[in-house]
Amino acid sequence: MGKDHYELIILGGGPAGLTAGLYASRARIDHVLIEKGAPGGQVLSTDWVDNYPGFPEGLSGFDLMEKMTSHAKRFDVNILTKEVVSIDLNDQVSKKIIFADDSVITCDALIICTGASPNKLGVPGEAALSGKGVSYCGTCDAPFYRNMHVAVIGGGDTAVEEADYLTRFARKVTIIHRRDELRATKILQEVVYANKKIDYIWNSRVIAIEGEKEVERLQLVDNDGNTSSFDVQGVFILIGITPNNALLPLEKLNADKWGFIQTDTETRTVVPGVFAAGDIRSKLMRQVVNACGEGANAVIAAEHYLKSKSS
Amino acid sequence: MTSDKVKQLNDADFDTAIQSDQPTLVDFWAPWCGPCKAIGPVVEELAGEFAGKVSIAKMNVDDNPVIPGKFGIRAIPTLIVFKNGEVVDQVTGAVGKSQLVELINKAL
Repeated sequence: MGKDHYELIILGGGPAGLTAGLYASRARIDHVLIEKGAPGGQVLSTDWVDNYPGFPEGLSGFDLMEKMTSHAKRFDVNILTKEVVSIDLNDQVSKKIIFADDSVITCDALIICTGASPNKLGVPGEAALSGKGVSYCGTCDAPFYRNMHVAVIGGGDTAVEEADYLTRFARKVTIIHRRDELRATKILQEVVYANKKIDYIWNSRVIAIEGEKEVERLQLVDNDGNTSSFDVQGVFILIGITPNNALLPLEKLNADKWGFIQTDTETRTVVPGVFAAGDIRSKLMRQVVNACGEGANAVIAAEHYLKSKSS
Repeated sequence: MTSDKVKQLNDADFDTAIQSDQPTLVDFWAPWCGPCKAIGPVVEELAGEFAGKVSIAKMNVDDNPVIPGKFGIRAIPTLIVFKNGEVVDQVTGAVGKSQLVELINKAL
């Protein structure tokens, strides 16, 4: 591991980071990919991926990421398992990565692929009952809810997919959504509307999660301000994502109002030699397919940067 | 992924394993759980770093229905640190290494 400087550092091992690693390794760029745990990212928790081209039967997110990881390893992508606490871009020539154990490595070019994490509701009871009926991952925790009644909060792709998955175990799944229609892709809506175990509470938000030792009920408020209590044994919170940007110097990187990093079409950030790819990037759509494309693109853009610097 | 430093516990040997005054960190996991996989290498690393001071163990919740039920495990990964048979504290989800070190330190 001993090296303390690389031409290129890739931060994060989800689809964008692994693809960047693959392209960097094949381009024989001196690189390291840093990931705090096993590679895979958020997709590891995705039950089923049906929209990644080349897999006509679909496959689980877990399997897809195993394949991407072994693909990266086949080309000797250099992966370092270590927790980063901050990035120092004060010296734009030599970017600093600071680890939890206070050690530091530097690089000429940096590709940020730190991804995103599920949003929290931010209501009373949520933190205290986390892991005790409050969950952010249906595919992880669904088997603990056999024959129970659970709520899914949200109306996007993930919420709808997870609601459908949960019906394999739960007796009943209630989707609670703040609007009067789902936002999910039409084909996914068709699946849940056909599922008899799913019902809906529209135009409503959760204002509290209650229970003695485990989740027992939700307090809801509808768009007219009427409150009600709703008994459930579990609640799955799937209301979008928040960028993993805590370790990034946002004031230097030109983040959008949600904290995602803005780049040009070639994934360049405002800091020369710093690129962003995947879910951390400010953009319209966050899918595996474009994360991979951006990861590859970022390596080529980084290569241009490295060449221009050395010439 | 398996190291001899990480003990694999089951419903039968769990109670004895956590009785010690040396803390035990138990990672409740399952093979199909993505975040459990993500956190796996971190748990392995902790086993190396805390060798002799803390015993690091895993329990597969698929194979062992009794103990996870007893501790109200409803989400994985859940990591609980025990001392003298009692729960000291716990975390749920694929948290970072520093958060797990913090958890362990509560029992030291």
